[in-house]
Amino acid sequence: MAEIVLETHALTMRFGGVTAADNVNFKLRARELRCLIGPNGAGKSTFFKCVTGLQTPTEGQVFMRGHETTHWMPHQIASLGVGIKMQTPSVMDNLNVFENIWLAARRFYPSDEAGRKTTEMIERLALGPIARSTLGQLAHGERQRVELGLVAVADPWLVLLDEPAAGMSAEDVERMTGIIRELNKTAAIVIVEHDMQFIRSIAEQVTVFHQGAVLMEDHVDRVMADPQVRNVYLGKKA
Amino acid sequence: MTGSLSRDVILTIIVSAILIWIMPLMIATYTLTVLVIYGMLGLSLGLIWGFGGILCFGQAAFFGLGAYTYAIAAINIGESTVPIILAVLVPAVFAALLGAMMFYGRLTDVYLGVITLVVTLILFKFMNSTAGPQYVIGKARMGGFNGIPGFQTLNVPGDPDAYIWGDAYFYVCAVALAIVFVLVSALLRSSFGRIAVGIRENETRIALMGYDVRARKTVLFAVGAAIAGLAGALFANWGEIVTPNLFSLSQSAEIIIWCIVGGLGTRLGPILGAAGLAYLKFLLGQQSMIDNTLIMGLILVLFVLFLPRGIVPALASLWRISFGRRPLGRIHQVRRTRNRERTGG
Ligand SMILES: Nc1ncnc2c1ncn2[C@@H]1O[C@H](COP(=O)(O)OP(=O)(O)OP(=O)(O)O)[C@@H](O)[C@H]1O
Ligand SMILES: [Mg+2]
Repeated sequence: MAEIVLETHALTMRFGGVTAADNVNFKLRARELRCLIGPNGAGKSTFFKCVTGLQTPTEGQVFMRGHETTHWMPHQIASLGVGIKMQTPSVMDNLNVFENIWLAARRFYPSDEAGRKTTEMIERLALGPIARSTLGQLAHGERQRVELGLVAVADPWLVLLDEPAAGMSAEDVERMTGIIRELNKTAAIVIVEHDMQFIRSIAEQVTVFHQGAVLMEDHVDRVMADPQVRNVYLGKKA
Repeated sequence: MTGSLSRDVILTIIVSAILIWIMPLMIATYTLTVLVIYGMLGLSLGLIWGFGGILCFGQAAFFGLGAYTYAIAAINIGESTVPIILAVLVPAVFAALLGAMMFYGRLTDVYLGVITLVVTLILFKFMNSTAGPQYVIGKARMGGFNGIPGFQTLNVPGDPDAYIWGDAYFYVCAVALAIVFVLVSALLRSSFGRIAVGIRENETRIALMGYDVRARKTVLFAVGAAIAGLAGALFANWGEIVTPNLFSLSQSAEIIIWCIVGGLGTRLGPILGAAGLAYLKFLLGQQSMIDNTLIMGLILVLFVLFLPRGIVPALASLWRISFGRRPLGRIHQVRRTRNRERTGG
């Protein structure tokens, strides 16, 4: 069995009366690809934020490659080699595509090598023609692609993607699927998604969140067929 | 930023050489000197605010601290080289401590503004209250609201009797500004500078890339304070007295106005804004018909309304419109029509 790269113990996050994450025990092995699904407000993004240090969990612990990282800051977690894309697109609008990706590469490589890796990544993402355009001018799908690129360029061993396919065209999604598969050769990946088609195309293991807690964790086919999941998630009567 | 650093350096040398030669023909060097000093002060805030996104309402605090440090050290040491170095270091260390407190405390921008403002006020009040004889540092009396006069002014390093004053002092200040400008350019081209701009653009993203935003902001803040401190030391030498007014709120506000009018996010803007507005204030000061704070206020309002990005960015786009690629086509067109006329006639 591959090493466990991400693990949470009884992770709980409360906002006043709302328990956004409820006693979540989660395990992810090296080079695994896991999809997180669940209805709106199920706590998927909250779980991500607790894992990445953007929020401090009320209770419970987070471990990465065996080290406890519960109260770490986001930059410390990212420095370990964790690539993170949150739900809301987060890029540098007044900088161009090259600069955006270069900044991510520069964190782990010397200036020249960062430049080389950035050029490579821009090619792989087919962003060449707009490499010198500022992000503010780009379409939503292109911005998502740039953000994926700046996550990938740092050669992470753990990647957390919150709704990477949201608002993308079919063509964009397909290209992104390719990039994710390639990333998956070296990295464990957790993807939060609503797009069922996309999940079916990429996932094997799926974890279902419901009201902050893990409802089920199984192979995508069994999850999709499960009456309880269909009930909470798809809103259909079992 | 495009082009290379060496091109930057060459351009800076040429432009400043020309300005240093021409400007004294139009404006007295005594006035020019203070414009240059204010330019450096403007650049100090322009660096941290325009490129690092740190809006400091108390840049005057570092300016004043530099000036006082110089004055006190010069009285005690009796020459100017070490005091100048101290005038850079003391504000930088002070800013590093203050910055660390603010940035590691995860203060939001508003509180950052409030705290820098309050620190300036405290320094202003404190310096004003040091009139009594118990306020001495070594041989230097703090002097309260009267300030500290009579300190050793700039001398040739190693020769305390060879004073640098008058025109020579203007050249020293102008060259110092050019050097600081080149250093700031180099900083902005370095990885540190580019990451700083990334922080200005999106702090969370930069943190999620694995950069320690707090440490980087603290360092940049200290660099800005070091430049302001140097400007303060030069100002002390120019005025030959330091007073608590250096720490005044109006001084802090003016630095912010210089940056807005000159253009944030440019290196030249804050310098030109500072020199231009300070010169305007100087001219206005020679008449008494209109209150000059009124005019300053009016200028700020007009800029915010009509040129919100400031003079330098506006000039840059004007330049692009008139000499950029498109207009080049227009020139060719003109030539072509002329040729046609010629062949036709
Ligand atoms: N900062 C916050 N303060 C208060 N409540 C919050 C906060 N963040 C999230 N919540 C609440 O926690 C619950 C889980 O939210 P979360 O964003 O994690 O859901 P999600 O599964 O990501 O949903 P979606 O699919 O819509 O993105 C929701 O009820 C939400 O209102
Ligand atoms: Mg979410």
